[in-house]
Amino acid sequence: MDDSRPIFVQIAELIENDIIAGALPEETQVPSTNEFAAFHRINPATAGKGVNVLVDDGILYKKRGIGMFVASGARDRLVAKRRDQFQNEFIAPLIVEAEKLGIDKTQVIDMIRKEGTA
Amino acid sequence: MSAVVEASHLTRRFGDTTAVDDISFSVQKNTIHGLLGRNGAGKTTLMQLLTGQDFATRGDIRVFGENPVENSGVLKNVCFIKESQRYPDDFKPRHVFTSAPWFFPNWDAAFADRLIADFRLPLNRRIKKLSRGQLSAIGVIVGLASRAPLTFFDEPYLGLDAVARQIFYDRLLEDYGDHPRTVILSTHLIDEVSNLLEHVLVIDEGRLLIDDDAETLRGSATTVVGTRQGVDAFVADREVLHRDGIGGLASVTVGRLSPQDRARASEMGLELSPVSLQQLVVRLTGGNQTETALEQSA
Repeated sequence: MDDSRPIFVQIAELIENDIIAGALPEETQVPSTNEFAAFHRINPATAGKGVNVLVDDGILYKKRGIGMFVASGARDRLVAKRRDQFQNEFIAPLIVEAEKLGIDKTQVIDMIRKEGTA
Repeated sequence: MSAVVEASHLTRRFGDTTAVDDISFSVQKNTIHGLLGRNGAGKTTLMQLLTGQDFATRGDIRVFGENPVENSGVLKNVCFIKESQRYPDDFKPRHVFTSAPWFFPNWDAAFADRLIADFRLPLNRRIKKLSRGQLSAIGVIVGLASRAPLTFFDEPYLGLDAVARQIFYDRLLEDYGDHPRTVILSTHLIDEVSNLLEHVLVIDEGRLLIDDDAETLRGSATTVVGTRQGVDAFVADREVLHRDGIGGLASVTVGRLSPQDRARASEMGLELSPVSLQQLVVRLTGGNQTETALEQSA
């Protein structure tokens, strides 16, 4: 947990990461709010808020009396959302830092190519 | 939402000292509250007032909708774990745990046994001979196993080692999940508990400084670091909570920043870092010694 962003947002992201990585497959049950709270050592109300964000987004759904499940199609939708964010969250800061250090765009592209073949 | 505790214009004076100064707040049912503040800020006095152990000079208190003073209907639902609980001279821990169920109708003996094992508390040693940490462990066990609908922990873990404190936090969260109740936790180890809290009350010199959700407080302050000129230009029209500096560098804590503010700061080459709850409390209640020192040197 870092201090700069609300914990419930971070909890929602952790669950999203698990869904994207396949650790929480679609149509399987996710841990309960209390289990998330105990595992991450956070207040259960906060954990619940994080889970609710994903319920509102249609990533998780509630089976009454049983618990929370990963919705079908959740993984594809999360991957699409993360791809949209990729430019802003990874590429933009990369360019800012590169400019600060006097690395031009061709050099950045070369570096990316090298990384890809390594 | 219903309020378990409601205090309005609560004041407690001891002679010339105003320990609690016109405080009004309410505590919602089944939340974990942090009661934070410096030594002598009035935390203990406030808890004594709320548990009917002291009398308000002015103001009104409702606990479960009633005045707590001499009110057994209210007090049997309240557990107050004090920093320095005293026990009869010849008491051993096992006496505490056998008598606890007489006072706490929800007492769970099996849970208490598990906690006794977790904390490795010797049951048959005289309490006088226990270490400070073991003494604190007794309080923590009583506070958790009593499952009182309203539980106060006043700096419960003096002398408890890091492992024991972690056990306390873990068991508190687990048991709170299974048996929701209202917990008011007063502590100086703010970083350790900040993620457990749902709501935060900060008092300083008897006055209530902060009464806010923990999530709202996160990100409510940011430290801006950079060249003195750049930082000064950025914070010019903002309220400054704290200011620090060395040579041509300045570090200034300000309130909440919008995404536009953040973008502008990064364009100006300024570093932004989040302020933890602990740092926020230190800045709000620590006076402004650093600022004075800075002005003198400037």
